[in-house]
Amino acid sequence: MFSELIEIGLIHYLAVGAIMFTLGICGIFLNRKNVITILMSIELMLLAININFVAFSVYLNDLVGQIFTLFILTVAAAEAAIGLAIIVIYYRNRGNISVEDINQMKG
Amino acid sequence: MEFIIQLLVFLPLLAAIVVGLSTQSIDQIKAEVITSGSLIISAILSAFVFYKVGIQGQTQIVEMADWITSGTFSAKWTLRVDALTAVMLVVVTWVSALVHVYSIGYMHHDKHVPRFMAYLSLFTFFMLMLVTSDNLIQLFLGWEGVGLCSYLLIGFWYTKPSANAAAIKAFLVNRVGDFGFALGIFAVYLMFDSVQFSVIFAKATEINGATVEFLGEQYDAITLICLLLFVGAMGKSAQLGLHTWLPDAMEGPTPVSALIHAATMVTAGVFMVARCSPLFELSQVALNVVTFVGAATCFFAATVAITQNDIKRVIAYSTCSQLGYMFFACGVSAYSAGVFHLMTHGFFKALLFLGAGSVIHAMSNEQDMRKMGGIYKKIPLTYAMMLIGTLAIVGVPPFAGYFSKDAILESAYAAGHAGNWFGEFAFWVGITAATLTSFYSWRLIFLTFHGKPRASEKTMERIHESPKVMTIPLIILAIGAIFAGFIGYKSLHMVDSDLEFWNGSIVMLAEQGVDNPDGTSEIVSSKINVLEEAHHVPEWVKRSPLVVGLIGFIFAYLCYIKLPGLAGVIAYFLKPIYIFLYNKWYFDELYDLLFVRPAKRIGLILWNIGDVIIIDGFGPNGIATLVKAISIRVSKFQSGYVYHYAFVMLIGLVGIISWYIYARV
Repeated sequence: MFSELIEIGLIHYLAVGAIMFTLGICGIFLNRKNVITILMSIELMLLAININFVAFSVYLNDLVGQIFTLFILTVAAAEAAIGLAIIVIYYRNRGNISVEDINQMKG
Repeated sequence: MEFIIQLLVFLPLLAAIVVGLSTQSIDQIKAEVITSGSLIISAILSAFVFYKVGIQGQTQIVEMADWITSGTFSAKWTLRVDALTAVMLVVVTWVSALVHVYSIGYMHHDKHVPRFMAYLSLFTFFMLMLVTSDNLIQLFLGWEGVGLCSYLLIGFWYTKPSANAAAIKAFLVNRVGDFGFALGIFAVYLMFDSVQFSVIFAKATEINGATVEFLGEQYDAITLICLLLFVGAMGKSAQLGLHTWLPDAMEGPTPVSALIHAATMVTAGVFMVARCSPLFELSQVALNVVTFVGAATCFFAATVAITQNDIKRVIAYSTCSQLGYMFFACGVSAYSAGVFHLMTHGFFKALLFLGAGSVIHAMSNEQDMRKMGGIYKKIPLTYAMMLIGTLAIVGVPPFAGYFSKDAILESAYAAGHAGNWFGEFAFWVGITAATLTSFYSWRLIFLTFHGKPRASEKTMERIHESPKVMTIPLIILAIGAIFAGFIGYKSLHMVDSDLEFWNGSIVMLAEQGVDNPDGTSEIVSSKINVLEEAHHVPEWVKRSPLVVGLIGFIFAYLCYIKLPGLAGVIAYFLKPIYIFLYNKWYFDELYDLLFVRPAKRIGLILWNIGDVIIIDGFGPNGIATLVKAISIRVSKFQSGYVYHYAFVMLIGLVGIISWYIYARV
């Protein structure tokens, strides 16, 4: 019934991607608690971009976009691993990973 | 001959440099030998130069180098030795050499003897530079140089606050005079296009009558120049108004007082007026001012001297008074009498000062005459020398002061007799001052050497005659004080009316006519030759200095020997006058009120408002505060939170992309 009313097209996918991307950004900037949340938000933003890639790939009939998505997933995994490693080291040094306390660059 | 003159002038400089640059490392003895030795050589050479220049009449001009050449302006390093300079050379080098030797004994216990000797030698060099100068600029160099050395030597004991204050006072008061002097030099250059004496004096009659515009008024150029130069002379020679530094200068060591503040530096003003006699002769107004100021100083200082209790201050005021004599002699055109008195005064005043130094030395550094008395038996040699000095200053024949003071007073009388009111005034003031001179000089002798001992027994026990190194200079000076007048008057004919001895270095205009450019002829000077007239004054005028000298002596004898209480009684009955005189006519207080305090107040205002609030407030401090305030605000951006930076980066990225897109469209 819905398929007759609304055809899900490119624009919807892009909208979802944009919303997810914005959520990711907000997750980075509004988060005051935990560094891990920031990592997760970055992951979210990457996924949003992946959705864009895939949507455009289908729309343009070009597989390159989907291949690229696979690459991004790989990079995201690696990045998450490195990020978590940094956090572990950081925790070892400072005793907590609260974002509030990470302000050593303060001028 | 040229080499001898150069050697004579530059030896003291050499000694000052050698000793002065090694004050920390040099031995006391070496410093004394180098400086005194070079001064003694200078003194001997100066005697030779005096013989050649003064007696044989060979004026020497030694050109050494160009100094300043700018457009038409040129000043050269030139040593000019004429009769006037030769007289000054003898006075300066001999007194200086004797003071150097005396200082070896007097400063024996001081830790800074090399520095002291270096200053003394440097002073002598500048003084020689001053008297041998051939142009006003070089004269000014010497003028400022002696001022500097005077400052250094007054403040020699720099740990004493009073000595520092006196040094600064001397320097500042002299600046006032020097300002006038510098303006005078500018005016000379403006009118004559030259600062060289020979050029100036040759052109002097030409310029006579020219005017200078100042603040919209026309002033007679020569009068203006002479008055400005005289302001300089007033400062250096401690004339009334600018005299306040001289008594305070007694804070320096006694040899300094003898050399600088009695015999040589303070006479620079008289020398300068005599040197510029061709100019001064052309301006009766300037001469009248010189006469008046000289006479006023002469009287003022003598009145103050009779009430002072510090032995050195009495002699200091006496110096001031004698300088007044010299100036009013110049003022009535008897320049040669003024310079003659300068010479004799140099000897007997140096003698008095060094004698006083010897007394102070003997009395364990006591300077208050009220705590002396009755010591003539213990230091007979010093006593005899002081007595000779006193006889000379009082003007007892045949001591030096008799000839010179008589010449001055007779010239003043002659000028007054010829209708110069100022001359008349100067004569009577001079006679009065001569009475006072006699009184305070004898008072000094009586209080110091006679009467009952008033010092503590401990001091009395320790009284001893000074060592030979101090007494021999005294004896030599005493010989000068005895014979200088006689020789100058009878053998060298220094105050003869034809001025032959001076060989053109001193000029007197007397009934001279000049031809105007338009063919008419006029008499520029209706003046009489005062030196000539001085020989024809009435008998009572010739006798009066002696008579008043005797009166002064009798008074002093009565007050301080016969009836020791009398002085106190007189002081009690004339209390207001006594206090007025004792406080030196309140000049210091007046200046304090008129100049020092307002200056201080203005200084405070300028400091608090001008400097602190305006300049610092808007200048360095203001900019610093502003930068700091901005930085604090800017640094707030640096929160240190990564997500803030990331956010800014994002916003920036969005901004740039938006701009890129819209700019492209």
